[in-house]
Amino acid sequence: MKNKIIELVDIKRNFSVGSEVVRALRGVSFTIHEGDFVTIMGTSGSGKSTLLNVLGCLDDSSSGEYYLDGVLVRNMSKNERAVLRNRKIGFVFQSYNLLAKTTAIENVELPLMYNSSICTKDRRARAIAALTRVGLADRLQHKSNQMSGGQMQRVAIARALVNDPAVILADEATGNLDTRTSFEILALLQRLHGEGKTIIFVTHNPEIAEFSNRCIVLKDGLVDSDVFNSDVRSAAEVLASLPILSDD
Amino acid sequence: MNGLNLFRIALHALSNNKTRAFLTMLGIIIGVASVITMLAIGQGSKGSIEKQISEMGSNMIMIYPGEASTGGVRLSASEMNTLKVEDYESLLTLEHLSAVSPLVSSSGQYIFGANNYPSSISGVGTEYLLIRQLKLASGEMFSEDDIRTSSKVCVIGNTIKDNLFPNGEDPIGKTIRFKKIPFQIIGVLEEKGYNSMGMDQDDIVLTPYTTVMKRILAVTHIKSLYASAITEEQTEVATAEITAALRSNHKLGFGEVDDFNIRTQQELASMISSTSQLMTTLLACVAAISLIVGGIGIMNIMYVSVTERTKEIGLRMSVGAKGIDILSQFLIESFMISITGGLIGIALGCSFALGVNKFVRWPIEIELWTILLSFAVCTFTGIFFGWYPAKKAAQLDPIDAIRYE
Repeated sequence: MKNKIIELVDIKRNFSVGSEVVRALRGVSFTIHEGDFVTIMGTSGSGKSTLLNVLGCLDDSSSGEYYLDGVLVRNMSKNERAVLRNRKIGFVFQSYNLLAKTTAIENVELPLMYNSSICTKDRRARAIAALTRVGLADRLQHKSNQMSGGQMQRVAIARALVNDPAVILADEATGNLDTRTSFEILALLQRLHGEGKTIIFVTHNPEIAEFSNRCIVLKDGLVDSDVFNSDVRSAAEVLASLPILSDD
Repeated sequence: MNGLNLFRIALHALSNNKTRAFLTMLGIIIGVASVITMLAIGQGSKGSIEKQISEMGSNMIMIYPGEASTGGVRLSASEMNTLKVEDYESLLTLEHLSAVSPLVSSSGQYIFGANNYPSSISGVGTEYLLIRQLKLASGEMFSEDDIRTSSKVCVIGNTIKDNLFPNGEDPIGKTIRFKKIPFQIIGVLEEKGYNSMGMDQDDIVLTPYTTVMKRILAVTHIKSLYASAITEEQTEVATAEITAALRSNHKLGFGEVDDFNIRTQQELASMISSTSQLMTTLLACVAAISLIVGGIGIMNIMYVSVTERTKEIGLRMSVGAKGIDILSQFLIESFMISITGGLIGIALGCSFALGVNKFVRWPIEIELWTILLSFAVCTFTGIFFGWYPAKKAAQLDPIDAIRYE
């Protein structure tokens, strides 16, 4: 049996808006094992974003237990959660969120800057390794405004990889990209998955689910379906079959 | 997170926004530069006044006639004639005085050849040079013999020399006329320049007091007396001695008021230096206000910067920055802005002060404490005014911040 990376037990999250209580998550339970590539889907208002915030240790649940890589997250202080994010989670956002006017390597180094146990030399070496892993070894000194969307997203993925996290959380990571670049990113994520990374991809695009080996669908704050996909499509193959546009 | 990394992050953020950082600094630069310049000018003028006073002789004592009445009718100062040559002679024997000289003066036109110049003539004793700390540039001072014989000799200052001898000829031995009386020039004084009250100290002609009394004014009283205490500290004792001697000379009984006034240079010095101290304080206050305005500028920009960089703050938090890391980053940023601004301001302030000294010829004095003070103030300003925006940044919710558009 593989290690449990994420274990959610009856997670509830309530927000009070004025006098009303909005129940965004009404009792979500599932377990994600090491090396899984899970898509979390749901329509807007299904609790997808709230679940992502809880999984990413950005938010605390109202009740229920959440274990991340064996660590109980509930009731942790803000600072403890910050350290946990720094060591165990890599975020990839829809809008890349790179630092402006900053080189690729400096962007990738960012999470390590907040980890005082890593020295400057080590930090640089790990950032170069991460950028090489996403195929940007020749773009180390390019600034964020000198790169295409796909390249920026790859820098963001390298940034998520650099601290060797237990799980990569991708939030609509292909949402801002064209079809071809989307598949490039998906192929990259699949390759990382093949290398043993645990990936959670939050999206509202059902097509993405075909490229992951498990799909959890949320509806009204509850798990609506949780299916394993035995017939995973290869993004690399789809990419190869795409017509090459002349102006590419 | 270690301090060095925080420092790097802050430096990077600043260098990404060089223009903004510079504009923010500008307030501090102007503030510090004006504090330094103002204090340098204030201290400089205070110092120069003090120097001039001590050059004039800080142990100088001046005695004027005063409080005279004839049959209950008070007289105006010009009609007072309570000081006599006998008073002068009695002061010569006092043990706490190193020099005494009478002063009788009259004004009029000097003529030499085709040149003439309006000035005054000062009838003095030989010790007058000592009391006023005047030195001869050439020639010699008149002697006691000249005084005894009321001889028509004089020692002139530079202004007189320049106006009567514009072609630069040597005035020694030449004869100039004052109120139709010929005076032979026997000495020229060293240049002394203007004093702190704007009086030309070189517009002076010295001659034996007996000459002025007998040949020009035809009077028996003297206008005032100048004396030097042996040291500055003995001024008070000397003043008491003079008072006693003059009261006995004038046969003033117990309960009668003095018919003379004694002024010491010390009183004048403390009066002038307290005035210029007030001036310096006022200048410093004006400059300090501009420093505060500069600080508010920092707060403004940092505040805008926090809003503008909300997404960046969210990202930093999502990759593991703690509240304290964000707080430190913004504090270090405002700290660096104010320190850099302070250093530039100090350099600029010193250059301004030196420029004022070089081109406007105002005396300046840049003291170390003014530099340390303004540096300390701008450091404090950076932390004080950077604190609130930094705190606001640190308290942002990462969820809201990362999705902020």
